[in-house]
Amino acid sequence: MSVKQISVFIENKKGKLAEATRFIADHNINLRALSIADTQDFGILRIICDDPKMADAALKDGGYITTVTDVLAAAISDTPGSLASILEVLSDANVVVEYTYAFNSSKAGAYMIFRVDDNQVAAAALAGAGIKTANQEDLF
Amino acid sequence: MSKYYQPEIETASVEELRAIQNEKLVKQVKHVYENVEYYRNLMDEKGVKPEDIKSVDDLHKLPFLTKADLRDAYPYGLLGTDLKNCVRIQSTSGTTGRRVVAFYTQADVDLWEECCARAIVAVGGTNEDVCQVAYGYGLFTGGPGLNGGSHKVGCLTLPMSSGNTERQIQFMRDLHSTIICCTPSYAAYIGETLKEMGLTPDDIDLKAGIFGAEPWTEEMRRDIEKSLGIKAYDIYGLTETSGPGVSFECEEQTGMHINEDHFLAEIIDPETGEVLPEGSKGELVFTSLDKEAFPLLRYRTRDICVLSRKKCSCGRTLIKMTKPMGRSDDMLIIRGVNVFPSQIETVLLKEGYSANYLIEVDRANNTDTLDVSVELTPDQFSDTVKDLAAKEKALANAIKTMLGINPKVHLVAPKTITRSEGKAVRVIDKRKLHD
Repeated sequence: MSVKQISVFIENKKGKLAEATRFIADHNINLRALSIADTQDFGILRIICDDPKMADAALKDGGYITTVTDVLAAAISDTPGSLASILEVLSDANVVVEYTYAFNSSKAGAYMIFRVDDNQVAAAALAGAGIKTANQEDLF
Repeated sequence: MSKYYQPEIETASVEELRAIQNEKLVKQVKHVYENVEYYRNLMDEKGVKPEDIKSVDDLHKLPFLTKADLRDAYPYGLLGTDLKNCVRIQSTSGTTGRRVVAFYTQADVDLWEECCARAIVAVGGTNEDVCQVAYGYGLFTGGPGLNGGSHKVGCLTLPMSSGNTERQIQFMRDLHSTIICCTPSYAAYIGETLKEMGLTPDDIDLKAGIFGAEPWTEEMRRDIEKSLGIKAYDIYGLTETSGPGVSFECEEQTGMHINEDHFLAEIIDPETGEVLPEGSKGELVFTSLDKEAFPLLRYRTRDICVLSRKKCSCGRTLIKMTKPMGRSDDMLIIRGVNVFPSQIETVLLKEGYSANYLIEVDRANNTDTLDVSVELTPDQFSDTVKDLAAKEKALANAIKTMLGINPKVHLVAPKTITRSEGKAVRVIDKRKLHD
């Protein structure tokens, strides 16, 4: 139970993010979720989109450095404490969370994306706690 | 005490100097031909015999030596005497192949230290001075050279080596140091530290500083003079010829007198090798006139400068050289360390990076900075900042291990390093040295 995330290396320079998102748009890739991690020198743009295979190929073709990672998408309810509950479950299962960001779609509802050290252990722990994780198809 | 260490040499007439040089050169060429097979072969190839060299006028007939020869002959190939007669080595910081290992007999050490003694006396040093040597000690020639010179002058010598700046200042105050020897960037740093400690030049007794081993500007000289309340003097040398003291500045501060009774200087066109007349700008070439263990003849320094025999107000007649104005190869001097871009390239390739990189050298707060940008390759990319930051750090450490200086490493996107005619522009030196 995981979804494909594409990470793109972006230099931390003026206009680089605009350039990359314009490139994505020009290739008809529909972004569903996005997060950016940045340092002084570079940033990592992480995206979830409907056709990750095509998007990854297009980006690579365009000279971008990318990598595809399996991440977890956990359904989250619109109530206080729901993120805390998920993190507690993961923590109790000794899962290390590298980063997390939000995902929302009119069709599928709200999800949190988690990049963890062990997807299987994390998915099992969440399932055990009654928290639903999504597959790629569930999101689009 | 005299204002010269060896007045009979330092103020000799040009004719007297020439006579000394002629006699030493004829003897040295014979010594090298008989003892250094590597150079004998070069002479034979050129069809030059020792008897063809009758005076300095014949010097141009001899073949050049370059850093490549030093590499080919490493480590013993240019040795001019039995190892049992050698008492010391000194070395540059380079990696194997780039590293220069120079050998010294006791006589070689003595003549080197005498050269440094001349430099110390030229800045007003006497046996009443306290000389703080804050150059690195060890394989690097800076510390040992000035240490020996200071002994010869009879100064009370403080063999501090570099670093531990607050302790340097403490010794300086407690023992009333009057002369300091170190790299100019370290002198500037000591000046800043003094200020940070809430002290002023009035709290120390320094009157002069002898600074070398790296390029520095007139602006830096003024800054250092102001921050330490001293007169700042330049000194020049290279491990290949002995170390610091090949030439030194006097009170006039308008160039460095070459100890030409030991080191015969020529200026050549770096392209053609042709000897240029006095006053021309070109590559500096040195011939060691009396060194025994490592007697290099016509060694190409790759430093670009101008020689002048214009009368100097200090009374010395030794020919003067300008501060090096550049290099005829791609060597950079960063914080006193000789750096070839190829050394950094070697590390990058070894660590799995591409050969598309950019080295930027600059100067911030009188200290050299080294920035290395390298294009990331697809298989090195990771979706976490942690991994990429660790990669930057690992690469910085590998470069530090190779060069001994800490770079800032920047990972950049592919094809972002400017290429001219398909080749990456590898070095940008932003230090303004020609003010």
